[in-house]
Amino acid sequence: MKNTATEVVPAEGGLGNDPLLAVDNLHVEFATRAGLVKAVNGVSYTLNAGETLAVLGESGSGKSVTAQAIMGILDMPPARIPLGEVRFRGTDLLKLKEEARTQIRGQRIAMIFQDALSALNPVFTVGWQIGEMFRVHRGMSRRDAETKAVELMDRVRIPAAKQRVNDYPHQFSGGMRQRIMIAMSIALDPEVLIADEPTTALDVTVQAQIMELLAELQRESNMGLILITHDLGVVADVADKIAVMYGGRIVENAPVHDIYRTPGHPYTKGLLESIPRVDQKGQELYAIKGLPPNLLDMPSGCSFHPRCPYRQDNCVTDVPELYEINPTRNSACHYWREVLDGTDG
Amino acid sequence: MAPTGDPILEVRDLVKHFPLSQGIVFKRQIGAIKAVDGVSFDLHRGETLGVVGESGCGKSTLAKVLMALERPTSGSVMINGKDMAKARGGDLKRMRRNVQMVMQDPYTSLNPRMTVGDIIGEPYEIHPDVAPKGERRRKVQDLLDVVGLNPDHINRYPHQFSGGQRQRIGIARGLALQPEIIICDEPVSALDVSIQAQVINLLDRLQTEFDLAYIFIAHDLSVVRHISDRVAVMYLGKMVELGKDLEIYDKPAHPYTQALLSAVPVPDPEGREQRERIILQGDPPSPANPPSGCRFRTRCWKAEEICAEEEPLLQIRPGTGHESACHFAETHDVVHAT
Repeated sequence: MKNTATEVVPAEGGLGNDPLLAVDNLHVEFATRAGLVKAVNGVSYTLNAGETLAVLGESGSGKSVTAQAIMGILDMPPARIPLGEVRFRGTDLLKLKEEARTQIRGQRIAMIFQDALSALNPVFTVGWQIGEMFRVHRGMSRRDAETKAVELMDRVRIPAAKQRVNDYPHQFSGGMRQRIMIAMSIALDPEVLIADEPTTALDVTVQAQIMELLAELQRESNMGLILITHDLGVVADVADKIAVMYGGRIVENAPVHDIYRTPGHPYTKGLLESIPRVDQKGQELYAIKGLPPNLLDMPSGCSFHPRCPYRQDNCVTDVPELYEINPTRNSACHYWREVLDGTDG
Repeated sequence: MAPTGDPILEVRDLVKHFPLSQGIVFKRQIGAIKAVDGVSFDLHRGETLGVVGESGCGKSTLAKVLMALERPTSGSVMINGKDMAKARGGDLKRMRRNVQMVMQDPYTSLNPRMTVGDIIGEPYEIHPDVAPKGERRRKVQDLLDVVGLNPDHINRYPHQFSGGQRQRIGIARGLALQPEIIICDEPVSALDVSIQAQVINLLDRLQTEFDLAYIFIAHDLSVVRHISDRVAVMYLGKMVELGKDLEIYDKPAHPYTQALLSAVPVPDPEGREQRERIILQGDPPSPANPPSGCRFRTRCWKAEEICAEEEPLLQIRPGTGHESACHFAETHDVVHAT
C-alpha cells in the first residue's frame, strides 16, 4: 500500500471551513452514438457531518450520475466530466490519481445500491464479500475478516449472523440482502454514505426497517448521508435538506420543512400536488402535463418550461440561475416569488 | 362510480397451491407453496377493489387465477353467475374476454417487434367475432384516441413512446375486447412520479366511461386509497381485512393493516418525530410452511395462545364495522395518530 486514505485527504477539517463534501458546478456528459447526452449540467450541493441530504428527482434527472461522479465509478469514456469539482474536506477528488481515489472509495465515501441482488456477487458468500473490505483495505487475514463480518452482520441486525455468514446472497430475503449491502458500506466507518434508492425494491414494512437502521447508524457514527430517491414520503421522513433535480440541474434546494410547506419551484410544487390526498378522493388528481425532457434534445431556456404553468416568454430563452430565496434556500425559477405566493401564472 | 346491482365477480374459497417436488426421475411432491389459500370476495359493476400486501402475499397469483392463466386448486370464480374455474374450451375463451389485464412493466409487456396497431389489435385475432377484419384498424384508432394517444401513431413501435405512453398502449389493449373487469397489477409503479397521476386519472375516466370494474393491485397505499371503493389487505395467501376505503385507512382493525399503514412514509415532514410507527420485526414466513392458526402471529405484538391454535376467520368483529381476520381486532387510527 503506497499511501493511506488519511494521507490522501486529511481526517479532520480541510482547507478553511469547507463542508465535509461539496459538489461544485459539476457537469457530466456521455458520448453516445445518438449524440452527446448532457446528464448533469452544473450541479452544486454541500453536505455536513451528521446531515442527511435528500436528492429528489425522476429517472434521467441526473441524480444517480452525480453520485457516481462523487464515488468515481463512472465509466470514462463514454462519460466525461468537462467541468466542476467534488471537494471532500477541501480536496478536489476529481483531480486525484486513480490510486488515491481507490483509497477514498469504500473507506471514506461509501455507497449503497438500489438492487442488492445484482450488486452482490452470487458466487461468493456474504461473509466473504463483507470481509473483502477488511482484507483489501486493511490487509486483514481471512479469519479476522470473517470475525469482523459477523460483527457487522450483528450490527445491521441480521439474525443468527454467526450461522449465516457463510450463506450466499440468494439465501437471503430482499430486506436482509439490503442489510448486507449496508454492512459492506459501513464496514470501514465512512464519513459520507451515499444511498441510491436504497428501499425502492423493498416492501413498505421492510422499507421502514431499513430506513430506521440507516438513521440509527448515522446517529452512532455522525456520517453525512446522501439519500437519492424519488419517493416524497421517504424524504419527508428522514431528510434535513433537499435538492430537487430536473433535467440534470438542481431546480430547488431548501430545508425539508420549507419545501413541503411552500415549494419554491413549479416542478416541486407540481410533484407535491400530484400526491393523492384524502380530501381529493373521487376528484381528478393534479398531474404535471407532458413528459420529462429528452436529454439529447433539451428544451431551450428553463428545461421545465414546456410543462410549466408559470411560463412566461423569457423562460423559453433564458436559463434561470439558482436564485437565492433566503440564505438557506434557492430556486431556479425566474418567477419563484409567484410560485411561493401560490398565485398561478 | 357507485357499485350497482348483482356482483359481476364472486370469488369463493379460492385456493391456489403450487406443488413442490423432489427427485429428478421419480418426482415426489414434498409440499406446496400456498400462494392463495382461501380467498373470498365480491366485485360489483363499476367498482374498484384495491388489493394491497407485501411481495409474496399472493396478490399477483390471485390476479393470474382471476385471468384464468392459472387453474385454481379449489374454490370458484363466478363471473356473471358462471364458474370460470369449471369452464373449458369455447366457454372459457368467451369468459376470458370479459376479464382483461394491465401489466406492471410497460417496457417488457409490449412486444418490441410489433407495431402499436398490431399490439392493440392482437386481441381481435384471438377473438375474431368481436370485430370483423375490415373494422379493426378503425377500432384500434378509436382506442388510441380514448387513452389519449394520437391515432396517427398506429404504425409506430413501442420504443418510440415514453413509459407513460406505453402504459396507455397497455391500457388500450386491455380495453380492446370491451371487458367488464380489468385487473391492474401495479399499473403505475414502474412510472415516474410526475407521470403516475396522469395514468391514474386516465384509469378513473375510463371506469366512468365504460362502467368498468377494477381490481387494482398495488403496493402504494396512497394510490390505492385514491382509486378504490373497497380495499382488501392480504398476508401470506389470506385476506386479513376487507372494507370500504375509509374503514381500512381510518379504522384499521387488523394489526397487520395497522403496521402496514404506519410504515408508509407520509409526504409531510411536520411532526415526523412524534409520529406513531409500528415497525414489524423480521420477514414474512415462507408460504410453503405458514404458521399454524393466524399466519401473522409470528410478527404480531398482540399474539396469544389462541392465535396459534385457532385460525381467525374473515368476519365482522365486535366494535368494528367491517371484516377482519383477527381474534383481537380493534380499530385504531394509525395514520392520524400522533
